[in-house]
Amino acid sequence: MTSAPEHLDPALRVEALASLLIERGLLDEATIETFVKTYEQSVGPMNGAKVVAKAWTDPEYRARLLADGTGAIGELGFKGPQGEHIVVLENTPALHHVVVCTLCSCYPWPVLGLPPSWYKDPAYRSRVVREPRRVLREFGLDLDDGVEIRVHDSSSEVRYMVLPERPAGTEHYSEAELADLVTRDAMVGVAKVAVR
Amino acid sequence: MDGVHDLGGAEGFGPVPPLTAAQSSAEPFAEPWEGKAFVIGALAARISGGNLHAFRHAIERVPPPEYLAGYWNRWTIGAQTMMEDSGIVTDEEVRARAARLSGRDVPEPPPPTPDKPQMPSGGAGNLRSRDTPPAFAVGDRVRVADLHPTGHTRLPRYVRRRTGTVTVMQPCQVFPDTAAHFAGENPQHCYTVDFDSRELWGPGAEPFHLSIDLFEPYLEPER
Repeated sequence: MTSAPEHLDPALRVEALASLLIERGLLDEATIETFVKTYEQSVGPMNGAKVVAKAWTDPEYRARLLADGTGAIGELGFKGPQGEHIVVLENTPALHHVVVCTLCSCYPWPVLGLPPSWYKDPAYRSRVVREPRRVLREFGLDLDDGVEIRVHDSSSEVRYMVLPERPAGTEHYSEAELADLVTRDAMVGVAKVAVR
Repeated sequence: MDGVHDLGGAEGFGPVPPLTAAQSSAEPFAEPWEGKAFVIGALAARISGGNLHAFRHAIERVPPPEYLAGYWNRWTIGAQTMMEDSGIVTDEEVRARAARLSGRDVPEPPPPTPDKPQMPSGGAGNLRSRDTPPAFAVGDRVRVADLHPTGHTRLPRYVRRRTGTVTVMQPCQVFPDTAAHFAGENPQHCYTVDFDSRELWGPGAEPFHLSIDLFEPYLEPER
């Protein structure tokens, strides 16, 4: 039996790979910078928050969003990799959706950006399909026993985003003020939206 | 493959790690190298002539200790593996370059000869059509086949041999099990199948429903 190759520090591996690829004309610094900037500044949960706030204030948009997530999200200009077919799941007082990818870390990039660490962690990926109520409690979300939980494992190219419940006491909020309340965690289904 | 990546239902990983300040914010990269790793992985399919499914399979083949050593670690090793498979780089080269970047004067091996996979594609993305009508409809009871392919699959272990109900017809898609091995896009119908938690985890399970998207070849009619 051959022994496994020695662990290489990932930061150093990345540096070495990048340097070889750049040398071969297969990658360049400008491309790296553009990609990083895009996912740091333009593609993130602030996009999904705008979708949610619009759905809360515009019943026709909400209907379109639930019928054709990809199309309604595209109306706001959000499309791209990992967003070929986005399904929006509506949370209600009786039904709570939560999303995972047990096989890798599939996530709806155009609306939520890149996934947070916990979403990619073996603990979340292994447990939320087996004991979701307990996992949600660890996130601080204690659901009543009467609430049905539906866990969605993202095993195909379909991507899921949760439309959380609009919190009480926000009737007078503008769409922009509502968007400010919406968190990434609420759109994955591990939290509710709260008035801050 | 029945690998370490197939985590659904595995025990022993402890509580979900608490959110750090960096994770609570929208910052996708905790350190600059993670951003660079992301870009290399995001472009790995294009650079190597592969595809998304081959990239996922490359990550699945990362040895378990490396797989569990962190997301950007497995992502980067997966990207490198896909490039090794296409003759873009070798591991010896990467290690020699890493040593040189660390200030050690080691010789660098010659680059490999590129040998990119060739597979006809029906276009960008993964949504396709198929002439054969779907075998199942919403409301049908289906049993998940007891398949254990040694290559790539999107059929996790925890639903195999279990019975559920088709709840949504999803778009027909490129079949990951063949595309990952450059054996054709082979588009397949895809269904959201709903399972009662007790069907998956026994009578003592927390009551809930599990929905998962399964390709037609994974399913059999429930008799």
